[in-house]
Amino acid sequence: MERHQDALLHLDEITKRFGRVTVAKDLTLTVRPGEALGIVGPNGAGKSSLFAMISGDLRPDGGAVWFGGRKVTDVPPHARTRAGIGRTYQVPRPFEHLTVFENVLVCAHQGAALKGRQAWTHAMETLERTGLADLANIPAGRLALLQRKRLEMARALGTGPRLLLLDEVAGGLTEPEVLELVEVVKRLHAEGLGIVWIEHVVHALVKTVGRMVCLAGGDVIADDEPMRVLADQKVRELYLGGGPETGLTDEEGT
Amino acid sequence: MTDRMTLSGMLTSRAAAALDVSRAARSSKPSAAAMLAVVALLAALPFMVFSNVTDTLVNLFVLIALASMWNVLAGFGGLVSVGQQAYIGIGAYSVIALADQGVQPYLAVPLAAVTCVIFAVPTSWLAFRLRGDYFAVGTWVIAEVYRLLVVRIDAVGGGSGKGLAGLSGLDQTMRGALTYWVALALALATIVACYLLLRGRLGLSLMAVRDEETAASSAGIDVRWAKLVVYLVSAAGCGAAGGVITVSSLSVNPDAIFSVQWSAYMIFIVVIGGIGHIEGPLLGALIFFGLQQLLADYGSWYLVLLGAIGIATALWLPGGLWGLVRDRTGLSLFPVGYFVRGRGA
Repeated sequence: MERHQDALLHLDEITKRFGRVTVAKDLTLTVRPGEALGIVGPNGAGKSSLFAMISGDLRPDGGAVWFGGRKVTDVPPHARTRAGIGRTYQVPRPFEHLTVFENVLVCAHQGAALKGRQAWTHAMETLERTGLADLANIPAGRLALLQRKRLEMARALGTGPRLLLLDEVAGGLTEPEVLELVEVVKRLHAEGLGIVWIEHVVHALVKTVGRMVCLAGGDVIADDEPMRVLADQKVRELYLGGGPETGLTDEEGT
Repeated sequence: MTDRMTLSGMLTSRAAAALDVSRAARSSKPSAAAMLAVVALLAALPFMVFSNVTDTLVNLFVLIALASMWNVLAGFGGLVSVGQQAYIGIGAYSVIALADQGVQPYLAVPLAAVTCVIFAVPTSWLAFRLRGDYFAVGTWVIAEVYRLLVVRIDAVGGGSGKGLAGLSGLDQTMRGALTYWVALALALATIVACYLLLRGRLGLSLMAVRDEETAASSAGIDVRWAKLVVYLVSAAGCGAAGGVITVSSLSVNPDAIFSVQWSAYMIFIVVIGGIGHIEGPLLGALIFFGLQQLLADYGSWYLVLLGAIGIATALWLPGGLWGLVRDRTGLSLFPVGYFVRGRGA
């Protein structure tokens, strides 16, 4: 809080209610430049709504969102993307009639403000690193679920973000695919990208992030190193006494 | 953004050297040549055939222009309007009013497009507050309001309409030929405008907005701005079409020019031709025009048949006839996409 001018992202006591359901209650959270933060929490904890408020798809009832030292609470989603917030959607939303290449190219044009060959190169390079290069000319509507998830990530990267918001990108992936994804995210992090990753596949998070937050009922329950958050008594109780699933992949979470 | 360039900088230079992106489909060179030949033939037609042929073709060109404008609005902007007759009417009346002021009527046609843009700016502010079905109904209501306003202006003939001044000095053959060329220019201009609009960066954004609006704003697209641009382009095109209708019929009637039937024609043509393809309205207008000529004597059966064809296409051919042609042959007359070479189909 004391340093939200130099923070990459700072949520200042944001509140959001849908009728009687509270998805954020005076929630305060700070992400430093280049930090990788993992978010866990039971279904309905307000994780995806939190992303929607960071990206601008959803307006908080109260509180403020700061990005890069600037208050962006009233800034529309497209302008936040241009400012450097790249996001993925939990349920992929591809531009179905555009090819995979065009899906990322439009992000390079509009999000990263690139033109001509520079935009082409950036789009193709993004496809290379997300493993979609060979599908460049396929209409996105024909992709299978896993490829759609990769495309979500490719599009977010295509906008040239400083902060990458990943919403359950590992859900439904096989174990080798999860490991591959972890490597991709680690490399992005090593390049200095700030990352906030919501994930039910907790072991993928543990391998990647330096800090973990547990959300429940729209509030931060725990905020610490990943292993300490997972060992926390309150967190274990939330997961029916068994603790979050730290084992292998399953649980796609809806 | 500097972060992104560090490690990727090295990768990029290698990838960039090999990257080859093409904007044209395989068939586009011969088809471009064929299209130029057709345009040249059409332009020379007044010297080759009787004026009743060229007079009829004026209607076809107007239909092509209107349908192209509705296609860009609904098929690319996702703005399903049933109120574009507002701009047909405003365009028509602009030509009447400008001609009264002494402007040459043919020159008034492009000016009518400008008038429509001026009217479309405040109208969009109103219409864009509505979404989906409400937008459709709202645009219709707005068109009706414009009609009701126009019939109150006595200077343009009130409820009974008005004749066009300024063309009486021209020889009839000459007038017919000029009207034909203006109509042909209108149809070509709308097609070229659609092509250039969609081929550029804005076009790709529009197609993204059409497919997924929420994801489009996360991609950095200013969705509202993109929609406003297509709305204004469509208003301009419909306005110029209204102007051509007026110089062709030499008079304007408020009930006919502001009729919702124009919207019905546009929707029918775009649905059977193929929504979301530049070629769709072209093909659809040809078919609609053909049906009009064939079935003109059958009265209401003609409308019943049109309705049946429209429903059948919407049910079984959601991509329209052009969608079918494209899927079978891979043909594209106006390629707007990107193809990365050496990366498979």
